[in-house]
Amino acid sequence: MKQENTKTHKFGMVIDLDKCTGCGSCMVSCMSENNVPFKDDESDKKKSITWMRVYKLTNGKSFPDTEMVYLPRPCQHCAGKGGHGHSPCVSVCPATATDYGYDTGIVSQIYTRCFGCRYCMGACPYHARYFNWWDPKWPEGMEKYLSPSVSPRMRGVVEKCSFCYHRYQAARDIAYSQGDKNEIPEENYQTACTTACPAGAIVFGDLNNPEHKVHKIVNPDPHPDTFNKHVVGKSRNPNVFRLLERLGTNPKVYYLSEREWVRKAGDNYREGEWDKIKNHYGATSTHG
Amino acid sequence: MFPFSFEWVWDAGHLIFFGGFWYAVSILGAGMTYVILKAAYETMCDGEEHH
Amino acid sequence: MDSALIPEGAKRCSFPKFYAGIALVGAVVLWGVFAWILIYWKGLNQTNMNDYYGFALWIWADLAIIAVGGGAFFTGLLKYIFKIDELKNIINFAVIIGFICYSSALLILAIDIGQPLRGWFIFWHANVHSMLTEVAFCLSAYFAVLTIEFIPNILENRQANKVPFFRHLAHNMHGVMAVFAAAGAFLSFFHQGSLGGVAGVMFGRPFAVREGLFIWPWTFFLFTWSAAAFGPCFTLLVTKITEVITGKKLVSDKTVHLLAKISGWMISTYIIAKIIDTIYWATVTVPSLGFELSHFYSNNSFYGYSILFIEIILCGVVPGAILIMKSTRENPTLRLVAIILGTIGVCLNRWVMVLQVMAVPVMSFDTWALYIPSWQEVATTILPIAYGIILIAVTYRYLPVFPQEHELNHANEADTVKKEVLTEDAIIKEAVAATE
Repeated sequence: MKQENTKTHKFGMVIDLDKCTGCGSCMVSCMSENNVPFKDDESDKKKSITWMRVYKLTNGKSFPDTEMVYLPRPCQHCAGKGGHGHSPCVSVCPATATDYGYDTGIVSQIYTRCFGCRYCMGACPYHARYFNWWDPKWPEGMEKYLSPSVSPRMRGVVEKCSFCYHRYQAARDIAYSQGDKNEIPEENYQTACTTACPAGAIVFGDLNNPEHKVHKIVNPDPHPDTFNKHVVGKSRNPNVFRLLERLGTNPKVYYLSEREWVRKAGDNYREGEWDKIKNHYGATSTHG
Repeated sequence: MFPFSFEWVWDAGHLIFFGGFWYAVSILGAGMTYVILKAAYETMCDGEEHH
Repeated sequence: MDSALIPEGAKRCSFPKFYAGIALVGAVVLWGVFAWILIYWKGLNQTNMNDYYGFALWIWADLAIIAVGGGAFFTGLLKYIFKIDELKNIINFAVIIGFICYSSALLILAIDIGQPLRGWFIFWHANVHSMLTEVAFCLSAYFAVLTIEFIPNILENRQANKVPFFRHLAHNMHGVMAVFAAAGAFLSFFHQGSLGGVAGVMFGRPFAVREGLFIWPWTFFLFTWSAAAFGPCFTLLVTKITEVITGKKLVSDKTVHLLAKISGWMISTYIIAKIIDTIYWATVTVPSLGFELSHFYSNNSFYGYSILFIEIILCGVVPGAILIMKSTRENPTLRLVAIILGTIGVCLNRWVMVLQVMAVPVMSFDTWALYIPSWQEVATTILPIAYGIILIAVTYRYLPVFPQEHELNHANEADTVKKEVLTEDAIIKEAVAATE
């Protein structure tokens, strides 16, 4: 029987960078949950597959003013310019191997459809997409621990974070069996990284549902940004920002920090520009 | 590529793109068919003249 | 040994010499094929590409050879649609060069994809919004056009032409070639353009992104224009190389001057458009995304402003100026300099629009990424060049590629014989006079 959700969800995430300790639990849980392959030698990070990658940022100041922050970066599940679903990667994939789910806001990757042209990787400014340069191999015996809900990928295809889509499917099944196929309770669908984070820095849920915590923190603006018509869903929380928001990629991963330099690091600003527009970008919204 | 592929949508994008493509392919196909048939006909006529 | 296949009246080197040369280049082909097998067998880990460099040497090579192969469609357009009859003297060769370039591009694409057996998905499951889809469709279809344009030349081989059906077919194909050329120009416009669009639509990459007209970024039009402009430069360059190797004049100066002049005007107009595009991008597009222009040309060991100067001024403005002025255009040395610079310029433009796009950091905390190709990538990129040399050698030997070859060389020989006879006459006359 075909299961359909008529209610449009917009699953998203907000990561509190002031809480993140950089422990890497999100990365580990993501890899084990999603059967992400690894190699004996992972020293070349540009060839490592890390659906969730934690970056280390510093404020560039010397001791004693040095500050640092860890920034976990999953796939940003961009909605593209104007939020129409033409995310940078989806619009360029020649074989329709990556798709924007208008019912979930999730950018999917169809591994058996991907033929490995890697155009999507070039188009993604977040480096959230990874190529299987090698055949996936697990140490002997470890293949028994692979998750049966997620298909392992073959050599020569691109893969990336799916917001643990299989968990969404499971939650949808439950919702369907309980009669209300449109209602996915917040606790029924949480990504592996969210549940693994010991600091509780990651909050995941439906950005379209005002009851969900993620919506309450982000408080997304329903109108396009007054400064840039391509930007939609901008947060009305002065401490919340998105990575490279000005490009109009419209990610559904938001970041939270009380520190101004951290918010500034989320995007690019010309000399003196931040001071002029910080009250709009990454601070307070004109729609507040 | 064809309407029976599941990603096919009957929208302007598909109609313009594949309209242009199939138009160009048909011209090439028709052109080649014409010259091959004409050459075959002329070759047969040559043969008849010899007899 | 193979004299029955060589065009009537044409002089070619001896069979062993020819095949020794082919074997030499063939060794390079085998080296490339070995690397290719290695890549298919072991996977793309044989390359030095990585997750920052999903597009690298191969995609550059693809874009570059298609750009320089643009001489085929543009010369075809001028010859068959605009009826510039003079170009009949070079059209066969332009088509062969185009055929080599496009078959090479398809070959490299086939090597480049991670799952070669799924290559057909790009057609079957086409996403019409992707520039790469447009590239695949138009490129394959245009390759069919080039094959069609090449066939009559093959059928004009001395032995093939003895077969009545082939003779008629070649004749008939010439008759309707304008239709094929028009279809080729249509397809070329779109695939050259969509190759430019590949970079221009990447709105997540401020170095590449351009505004544009409807769905097409400005790079779409710039790529088509530059291919039409620099393509003939490459055709002239390969013609010159072939002339040097064969030791013969193969295309008349009149034809060369005409094509060089057209190329010059195309380059000059293109470079004006390119300069306007660069200024607009640098002063409007880039700042609006929060970047200074200097971001793209500093803090790394390879990409500086010099690359912009070399591409636009040295390899754009300079060859354009040389080729539009009659005095410099008709100077063989300066013309050669111009066509070499032009060819380098368009290749450099493609390099910048592929490799530099990947190198520039976008996130404020990201770093520059530089890359050096592996030998397997280099070998498979040289493979098509070696294949091209072999195909040119074989076609030159066995097909009537250059309609003026006989006139330009044997006519000279006839002149020499005539002069010798005259000199002998004079000697006899002098001798007779002396006796008297």
